[in-house]
Order: sequence, then C-alpha cells, then structure tokens
Amino acid sequence: MSDTVLSDLALALASGQVRVIDLTNTLSPDFPVIVLPAEFGQCAPFRMEKLSRYDENGPAWYWNNISMNEHTGTHFDAPAHWVTGKDLPSNTVDAIPAQEFVAPAVVIDISGEAAADADFLLTREFLEEWEKKNGTIPPRHWIALRTDWYKRVGTPEYLNLLEDGAHSPGPDAGAVEFLVHERNCVGLAVETVGTDAGQASTFNPPLPAHSILHGNGRFGLQCLTNLDKLPTFGALIVACPLKIEGGSGSPLRVIALVEGQAA
Amino acid sequence: MTDPLIPPKRKDPLVVTRAGHVSPTLRSRSATAMAARAGMGRFVLQVCDDCAKATYPQRDRCPFCWGTLSWQDQPNGAVIEAETTIRSSIDLFFKEHLPWRIGSARLDAGPMATVHLHGDVARGDRVRLELKLDRAGNPALFAMPERETPHMADDPQLRVFTAHPKFRRVLVTDGRSEIGQAVAEALLKAGAKTVFLGNADPLMRYPGQEQIEAIPGIEPVHLSLTDTRSIETLAGQLGGRVEIVVNTARFTRQGGVGFGGHLSNLQSGLDLEVTGLMRLAQGFAPALSARSDDGDRSAAALVDIASIYGLTGKAGYAGSSATAAARLSLMASLRGEMAQTGIRVMSVLTGPIEDGWHQNVPPPKTTSAQIARAVVTALEQGQETICADEVAKDVLARWLQDPILTIREENK
Amino acid sequence: MARQKPYDGVALCAPVTVPYMRFSDKSAHWWTGAALAALARQTGLGPADFDGFCFASFSAVPDTVVGMVQHLGLSPRWMDHIPTGGASGVMALRRAARAVQMGDAELVACVAADTNQIDSFRQTLQGFSRFSQDATYPYGFGGPNATFALIADNFMRSYDVSREDFAKLCVAQRANALSNPHALMKKPLTHAQYMQARPISDPIHLFDCVMPCAGAEAFIVTTPEKAQELGLSTARLAATIERHNAFAEDGVQTRGGWARDIDDLWSAAGYGPQDMDMVQAYDDYPVIVAMQLADLGFCDKASLSQFIADTDFTIGGSLPLNTNGGQLSAGQAGAAGGFQNVTEGLRQILHDPLGEQIPNAQRALISGFGLVNYDRGICTGAAVLEQDVLR
Repeated sequence: MSDTVLSDLALALASGQVRVIDLTNTLSPDFPVIVLPAEFGQCAPFRMEKLSRYDENGPAWYWNNISMNEHTGTHFDAPAHWVTGKDLPSNTVDAIPAQEFVAPAVVIDISGEAAADADFLLTREFLEEWEKKNGTIPPRHWIALRTDWYKRVGTPEYLNLLEDGAHSPGPDAGAVEFLVHERNCVGLAVETVGTDAGQASTFNPPLPAHSILHGNGRFGLQCLTNLDKLPTFGALIVACPLKIEGGSGSPLRVIALVEGQAA
Repeated sequence: MTDPLIPPKRKDPLVVTRAGHVSPTLRSRSATAMAARAGMGRFVLQVCDDCAKATYPQRDRCPFCWGTLSWQDQPNGAVIEAETTIRSSIDLFFKEHLPWRIGSARLDAGPMATVHLHGDVARGDRVRLELKLDRAGNPALFAMPERETPHMADDPQLRVFTAHPKFRRVLVTDGRSEIGQAVAEALLKAGAKTVFLGNADPLMRYPGQEQIEAIPGIEPVHLSLTDTRSIETLAGQLGGRVEIVVNTARFTRQGGVGFGGHLSNLQSGLDLEVTGLMRLAQGFAPALSARSDDGDRSAAALVDIASIYGLTGKAGYAGSSATAAARLSLMASLRGEMAQTGIRVMSVLTGPIEDGWHQNVPPPKTTSAQIARAVVTALEQGQETICADEVAKDVLARWLQDPILTIREENK
Repeated sequence: MARQKPYDGVALCAPVTVPYMRFSDKSAHWWTGAALAALARQTGLGPADFDGFCFASFSAVPDTVVGMVQHLGLSPRWMDHIPTGGASGVMALRRAARAVQMGDAELVACVAADTNQIDSFRQTLQGFSRFSQDATYPYGFGGPNATFALIADNFMRSYDVSREDFAKLCVAQRANALSNPHALMKKPLTHAQYMQARPISDPIHLFDCVMPCAGAEAFIVTTPEKAQELGLSTARLAATIERHNAFAEDGVQTRGGWARDIDDLWSAAGYGPQDMDMVQAYDDYPVIVAMQLADLGFCDKASLSQFIADTDFTIGGSLPLNTNGGQLSAGQAGAAGGFQNVTEGLRQILHDPLGEQIPNAQRALISGFGLVNYDRGICTGAAVLEQDVLR
C-alpha cells in the first residue's frame, strides 16, 4: 500500500481523524430565497413535483421533477453572477476549473456582533484587529463568515425582512477590497442568504461583496450551515457547483473536512 | 317566514356522511344552453325569432309558428297556480331532501313551468322566478317571494341551489394580497364561520397582516399554490372541514409576446395561476365532493378569480392574459367534473386590478372591494360566472356578442 | 271536419291477460312472447298465421316492433308501434281496425308488454321524455306522482272535488278487483284506509297511486269471417276518437282531448253515455278518472262530486268502472296498463270475464290517457265497443 497524501486522507477519514461536516441546508420548498424589489424578476424557490412513486405513472420507481433558481438554497455564486464579472474569463460554473472547488477556509466569527446588531458590518479595521488576535489570513482561502445566522432558518428572522428591507450582517466595501486584493481570498462563504449585508443595496457603492468579489473573479457561497463547527484555521471546503452551461451559480452540497475527533 | 339557520352542530363521528348525489343529469342541448345563461345570473327564455312568443320547456323550434328560437332575457314575474309537496321520491338525491315543494307557475312571459318553491311561497302568490343552477349545473326555475322575507336566504330548499357562506368554512388561498384580505373580510361579514387564510410564506410578513389576522374567524394557514407539498399538507388538515375554496392568487406582469415579455414571468404566472389551480383542485376537490350533501354545512363551491382578458388576450398583458385563459379553461373542465359531485365551480372575472401591476392602465380599474362583493354575490346566488366590475362586464358583453371582434379590439 | 266512417268488417276478439308480477327478472320480449302464447292457446294459431302485429312497450329498448317481430318469428305484412302508454290500447285498436277493414292485414295481434325489474322504473323515468328530463324530473323527481299532484291540487280546488270523492272511486275499484284472480291488490280497501293513507305528494296519497309491475295484455283484430272460422266471440267497434296535445293553452291541465271530440264519438256511435254498461277508463290517479267521467259526458265538472256520490261504480252498480280493479288495484304493467281497459271491456261484453260478470253487459266505453310528456297527459282516446257474436 502506497503511502500517499490521499491514502493518508482516506485512512484519516476511515478512522475519524478527519471528519466531514455538512455545511448544506436541506433543499425544500420552505427554504427562503432572496427577495428583490417586486418590480425585478424574482428568485424561484425550490419546487418538487412527483413524477411517480410506485404508482400508475411508474410502478416500480420513485422520482421527482425539481425546479429552482441557480441561487436557491445553499448555493455557489460564479463571477458572471454580477455585472462586474461579466467579461472575466471562465466566469461561469461550467468554465471554472475544478481545482477551484476544493480550498481551505478561515473562519471569522462575528456571531456575537451579529447577535447584538443584525446590521453589523464587517470592516477592514475589524479584520485587522482580528488578524492581530488570530494571525494573518492566508491566501487562497474561503473567508467563512460565522454569524450563527443559520440557526434562524425556519424563522422570519432569517431573511429579517422589515419594511425598510432586509437586516443581516455582511462586509463593507473596505473589508471586501482588503480580502480580495490584500489576502487573495477564494471567495466569501456565509450563512446568510447573500454575501452582502441585508441593507447593502443602500451602501455606496451598493452591494460591495457581490460587486468586488465577482469583479475580481472570486466566488460566493451562501446559505451555509454549521460554520460554528469549523476551526478558525484548517478546514478544507469541497464546494462543487453543478456544471450548468453558462450558469451564474448553482445549488450544491458543501462539505468541510476537519481534523481531530468530534468534541 | 323562514326559520333562521342555526349554527350546525359538530358532526357525530359515528354517523356516515351522506353521499353527494346530484339531481338527474340527463339534459337536452337546449337545456344546457339555458344552464350556460343561468350560470351568468340571467333570467332567459327561448323567444321565437318570427312570432316573438316565449316558450318553455326548452325547445328547438317555436310551437306556435315553427320559427327558430333564441335565448332572450325575459320578465321573471309569475303566479303559482298549483303546488305540491313531494314526500316520496326514488331519486337518490331528492329522497334525502324530502319533503320537497314544487308548483305550476304561469310566467308573465307566457309559458307555464314547473318550478321549485321557496318556503315563503304558496299557491296563488305572485313570485319572482330566479333561474338557478342545480347541483349538477343544470337549469332550475326557483320561485322566490316577490319581496324580501325574514331569513329568506336560509330556506333549506334554496340553499341546495346556492353556496351561501353563512356558517360555512372557507379557504382563501392568498391572504398576502389585498384581494385575498378583502375577500376574507367580506366572507366573514356574509356569515362565514371561519376563513382559513393562506400565506405562501409564513416566514415573511406582508402588508395588512396584523390587522387581518387579528379579526375573529380568520385562521392563517401555510399555503403556497406553487408548492404541491404545502397543498397536500393543508388539504390533509382542512380537507374535511372546508366547505368553500376561494382562489385569489394572481401573478400579473406587463409585457407582450414578441416584445417586452419575460419568459420567467410567464413561467411564474403559469405555475402560480394555472398549475397552482390544478394543484389546489387536486388537493381539495375530492374532499369537497365527498361532503357536498353533508347537511346545513355541506361543501358547496370552488371559486376562482381570473382576468376577463383570459377570454380575449390583452395588448401589453399578453402573458398574464394567456395565464388567465388557461385558468378559465381549467375551470371549465373542473366545472364539468364537479357537476357530477354537486360542487359549484365559479369564476369571478375582473378587469385590470387597481394595483401596482396596472399603474399604466387608465381607470376604471377593479378594486379589491368589488372583487370581494362579487365573490359573496356569486356564492349567495349560486352563480357560475360573475363580473366584478364595469370593465369586465363591458368586455364580457362584447365578447358574447362578437368574440372574434372583441379579441381584435383588446389586442390593438 | 269529415265524419268518421264506420268500422264495418272489423271484429275484436280474444282478449288475454298474462298475470302480472310485481317484479320480474324477465324481459319485455319474454312477456310479449307470453302474451302471444296466450293468444295461441285461445286460437290454435302460430307465428306464421298472424299477418298483422301492433306493439306497445316502454321496456323493450333498444328494440321496437321491428326487433320484436324477428325476436318472436313473426312475418307480418302490416305492423305498427304505439308509444303512447295509457292511450295505446285505444290507438292500437283504431289502427288495427282500419288495417283489417282495408285489407292491409287480416289477422292482427295487438300486444302490450312491459317488464319491471328492480330499479327499472326509475331508469325508465329518467329518460322518459325530453321535456320531463329537462323540466320535470329535476324538480324533486316525484315522478308522475308529483305531476298529477299539481293537476289534482288545481282540479280539486277548481271543481270542488274532494279526497272523499276520490275515495269512492278507489274503494269501488278495489271491490271490483277482489273477484279478479290476477289483481295484485287482493285485500279490500276501506274508505277510512284510503283517507288515512300516507301522503306521497300532496294531495296525492298512497292509494291514489298505481303499483308498477310486469305484465302483458293482448287482443286480436280481424274480420268477422276469420273470427267465425276460428270460433271466436266478437265485438264490433262502434266509434272511436283520438286527440293529442289538446288545449295546450290551458295552464294546469283540467281537461283532456276527449272534451274536444266527445260529441263526435257519441254521434258516430249512435249511443250516449247513458247507454254504456260500463266504463273502462285509464285510472293512474283517481283525479284523471274524474276528469274523464266529465270529459266523456257523464256529467259536467261542476257536478262531479254529486255524480260520484250518486253513482255505484262496482260491478253490480249503476255504472261499473274498471271492473278488473283497474291499474289502481290490478297493477300497472307499463304500456300493458294502457291495454287493460280494452281487454277488460272486451271480456265483459264477450261474457268471459276474469272475475265477476256485469249482468247482461252489451256495450263498453273504453278510455285511454297517456304520456305525461311534461306537465300533463298528452294523448287521449276513447272507443265504444259493442257485443257482436258470442261463440
């Protein structure tokens, strides 16, 4: 038996030394989707129609037709999703090299701040402070923003949509510029319904996460769960979007490999 | 005077529910033509194109001069010349509804007719005849008191021909909309016991939510017409205790066919309004049908609110009109199915709605209040098709007169 | 209007009744064959011998006389199908008589037969006529009971006729039925029982209604010569009338077509009501019997109540009425119900009754009434029969 990295990994998986953590919400008709102003086209929620279930439409088999938006449920944003990334090479899910779909993550915990203020903004200053305590964010990592927002799934407080729009935490432009240009991140991975803060359409410039990340060929991962179960450093995220021709994103199953026995 | 209906007691679970038989269904084509007009709330008889005499029962040629006949609105006064109380019947429906009173009426329009009698009507009385639909969707002449009498609508024989909301429990599919809220309130005012008010997304607030959900009798329920599972779940919970279903769901967007229309909007509209209607019917039609003759609180009707432009198409609203057309078509088919089980299937037709999706359309436009009134009227009268407003009436009148011209006019 | 020509050269004979049954699992074809077999027993004739066939039935669907002819092996040179129910006996008689008189046929079997299977009555009613399917049965589906209730309600008020009067007719018919071994109703009916019967459709009560059943009736129309050859007693046909959809302008029906043509009947017959030894009238509901008595000239409508009170309708009475018990007591075997007035009248004047004989009966008035197409009976007819030769 050869002693390779992958065989070591296989052994570690088998022994439980490396664990797989599911970062994915269940795709169900009830899972909320982002709500845009009414005059825009709306994101389709997940829907499922039974084709047959051992019945007259298919006596021995069960299967469903499903429909959804590319950005429904736990999903991946490709650079082409945003106008700023429209002219980049390999900017759609089918064109992104598969190598990109496996990357380490650094977890930035703002759950306390988000609990105190649903509109909490991640700033460059906050990140610089964070690095002083935790160390420098390494390059080519997913920036996983732990907000514990996933615990609100199934309640109105998840979208947290009030009369003046949604209220959920996210980065400001300075933070995204910093992460992209100075820390060369793979992308931003969040538990909220979008990489941007709920109120980000009112920011200047608007929607900085989408705008800056995708304008620079970076990715987004949204509607994740269980970020609180990842270590600050050392998790490896596997996030493979469906290979949709010219797709701007895709629902997907996101898993994280972490070392060490479960607590 | 009619005995006022008392709130029905809870049903004894040991008693078998009465099967929903319909009255005899075999009819001539002319009788079916009369039903089509009855469904619109008209009082019509066949009148000779040559000698102008009215005739009844439904014929194919004039018995006075052999001229051809056409349907015309006629005076609905009559005098009851004889009456009987039927105490024995071998029909599966009527034998459960005895005694049943009928009479011989001399119509002001000329002919004699056998008619159903309201409890406040007797031999020798002048009456107002209404052309109703029976449980099988066939035409039925019903003699009403000439003037309003106390609790007139509670007459048990009359209630067989109506879907009056009194003491009934209603599902209104979309409480998130102004229309749904107006309909729900109007139904409660008309005597409905409960309005189960659908909410496609209980996790998201909607305008008017606090006010409407605070009204006694309103019970919010999770219902999304695009989500088959949510309908199955709700039908499982409510199927046996809903007597009327009112579908207020709607998805209107501007746009043409070759120009300015969004395919995604068409898809959304079709999914919500058309597939959604079918999902709703599949969820609730069987349970409604099973209880169509279940005492004072029998299941009675499924009501759908659709755009009049489903009949014609509409320039600038091509996709939404196509959706309405499909909706009306499904309703027509459902009507045929439910006629076999005693459930009235009703369409409320609207003009352009006074809402954010018709901002470019000049008035008059259809208000939520008008729609709510039309829903209640249709149920109280047992009417199959009703126009909520003047625009719908105008388009329908023109369409009945000359459909191909109206289609052209509306798409200019 | 042209006067009716006499029915010279016509002989009526061989009335037969196939005993009725409340329910039968047999078909109308079976009952028709049973009636023909009964004729064969009386005459010694077989299928090849009849050159005319006149048929009435509601329950032979999908067959008409055509199917029946092949089904039963007949090869007539003249045939007819009479769809008029309670008027079918008089109508069959008239048509067959003219066919024989003119030589279109020599020996006509007139047969009415209907079966009554479980639920067949309801099914027959549902598709009975277009007007009734469109405009009568959906109104409570009271069947003929409800239609005649409306007629009775109006008639009783208009002419001051009461249930007491109807009671007398029904009680007398029941008394007549007691000597008829085939009558379905075998117990006496008292006035009190009639009055206390349960309501069916006000003012119609139980004993106003006939009992639907299965059965068949038949008779032969032929020439006097042929009848003599066969050794059959014969009656002659003195006069007949027939009228359909009379008085369409009347609101609720208070008279039948007889009222329009009755003078012609009596003048062609050369007799009047007082010359009749009996009346065999269509009797589905006593109100129709009362209507006929007036329309046929026995009294006017205003004095109906008095006439009924003054008349004894039993077999030994002053005006024997429906001497076999009528449909009210013998049963209503569909279209055969429209034939039993003819067969019973014939039997009485040929002195071969099922039950008691009217003493020295010579002449019978037969009256038919049929087909409630919508709100009234449409078809009416009457015939005066007179004894010719007893053999």
